[in-house]
Amino acid sequence: MGRSVLHDVIITLVVSALLIWLLPLMISTYTLTVLVIYGMLGLSLGLIWGFGGILCFGQAAFFGLGAYTYAIAAINIGESTLPMILAVLVPAVFAALLGAMMFYGRLADVYLGVITLVVTLILFKFVNSTAGPQYVIGNARLGGFNGIPGFQTLNVPGDPAAYIWGDPYFYVCAVALVIVFLLVTWLLRSSFGRIAVGIRENEVRMGLMGYDVATRKTVLFAIGAAIAGLAGALFANWGEIVTPNLFSLGQSAEIIIWCIVGGLGTRFGPIVGAAGLAYLKFMLGQQSMIDNTLVLGLILVLFVLFLPRGLVPAVASLLNSIFGGTKRKPKPRRMRRARHG
Amino acid sequence: MDLSFVILVEVLYGVASLVLISAGLAVVFGMMKVINLAHGEFMMMGGYATITAVGLGVNVFVAMLVIAPLVVGLIGLIVERLVIRHLYGRLVDTMLATWGLSLVFIGLATMIFGNTTTGISTPIPGFAFGGYQVNGYNFFIIIVSIVLVIAMYAVLRGTRAGLIARGTMQRSDMAAALGYSPGRIYMMTFFCGSALSGLAGAVLAPLVGLVPTSGGAYIAKAFITVIAGGPSLIAGLVSSATSFGLVSQFFTFAISPVIGEVALLIAAVVLLRTMPQGITGRFFKGKL
Repeated sequence: MGRSVLHDVIITLVVSALLIWLLPLMISTYTLTVLVIYGMLGLSLGLIWGFGGILCFGQAAFFGLGAYTYAIAAINIGESTLPMILAVLVPAVFAALLGAMMFYGRLADVYLGVITLVVTLILFKFVNSTAGPQYVIGNARLGGFNGIPGFQTLNVPGDPAAYIWGDPYFYVCAVALVIVFLLVTWLLRSSFGRIAVGIRENEVRMGLMGYDVATRKTVLFAIGAAIAGLAGALFANWGEIVTPNLFSLGQSAEIIIWCIVGGLGTRFGPIVGAAGLAYLKFMLGQQSMIDNTLVLGLILVLFVLFLPRGLVPAVASLLNSIFGGTKRKPKPRRMRRARHG
Repeated sequence: MDLSFVILVEVLYGVASLVLISAGLAVVFGMMKVINLAHGEFMMMGGYATITAVGLGVNVFVAMLVIAPLVVGLIGLIVERLVIRHLYGRLVDTMLATWGLSLVFIGLATMIFGNTTTGISTPIPGFAFGGYQVNGYNFFIIIVSIVLVIAMYAVLRGTRAGLIARGTMQRSDMAAALGYSPGRIYMMTFFCGSALSGLAGAVLAPLVGLVPTSGGAYIAKAFITVIAGGPSLIAGLVSSATSFGLVSQFFTFAISPVIGEVALLIAAVVLLRTMPQGITGRFFKGKL
């Protein structure tokens, strides 16, 4: 067991170092940065949906909450270290409260989807209506649909004048993604992660075995929200403005599409799906023949119909069947999709 | 006195529009356990069908009440045959696939009609009541939704087709054993549900400026109303539309329209938390 963990970590580090080195030669780092951030956002939903079986229609709520927390705190504090920490904590606490309300009430399935969707809508509508000057937190005006521009962006901790932007910012985001990825790997290999997968597979059985299902789901939900919040804060730094669109239904939809296309029940799939589709959207945005939304919608429908397991598991099993004979076959991991949302 | 009348009309209108918005989704969800997230886009297409037909010189009421439901119903039929048919019984997958469909429809509408606001004027003029101006069209919407609910009840309760549909809803295998193909019944039900969505979109079109993305405004409300309504089709629809309509109109009058919307959403969260099976999971059990 210990050796295979080391193996995993080394492969992750080597592959990501190669990617971080090679990709900027092909795509501009400005675009790459946002792809990395979206990858992290995809990973956050991939964790709670793919491994916890919690279908959250409102992952964008935590993303937006992280971004807004960062912006508001950065304006008030004028330095970026504490706001980054807050941007992770606030969504996590919010998700823990929301999750506790849902999971202790034994809500599951569609009802969970509805509630997360509704909460996202409430945030969206509320933030959209805060255009007046009376909506102020400290020195930060919420600004309604105009959003909040002009906050302190990321700086070297302790030195507010030393901004991190451009190429260095890309490396910061990429390293952050690698660290989050390793943490998620560690979490899933721990007993907590294994029990979470057990809960996904059969909630009643895990409950009867004596595990506190509601608490574990709440904690997992909060961890997912913390990752989404971090992605939101990084996004705020990249865009240098936060707007209510971060909370929108369209954003939530996109995260779900990333996970489906990339592959649920894998750590890598949602990241690939997010970065790939975001890049596709970026390319499609440069032409006006076909509408962007149309293509994304078609992709989602086709994947649900023909490749419901997603890209990464499909490619992995294809590779396995080609090279399977020569290599030692890894023990097949159960990667069944969560049936009940 | 005048004010209370105006408020009464507004509250009734709020409830009626919720019923109208959710009826199509309720039929599809209640009968087939399919959550059609493209419902809002079906309504949007109903609106565009009406506007296009009116632009071609068709009478407004014919366009709204006949052409739009037929057009959207046919689109629904195609969608059912191509996509949804393959996903029955997989609740989450249908939700995702129809979400994808909704994006496709938004994209298509943007390519055909452009990303601009279009609209038609209300065909019924407003009138003054006491010191207040009342929108005459609100009465039309109230009447349409009352007729709609009665018609749905009559069809499901009184006709043979309704009986077969309800039977399939309860035990599709038994209906199949008695010689009724569930596939065809589902197909017809989806047609009816889509037609209802088209009708709702058409009737509401004169009140809103129509853009390709305007379906998004409806879907959340419809989704919430139907889920909160619970298993019974008509009783659930009417009871949850009434409670949400009351809450949102109360806060709209007391504070502001935005707070009214937010209050509706919060009410939905509270309701689902306390009654996870929906209103008719606890009250009106076994009613239609």
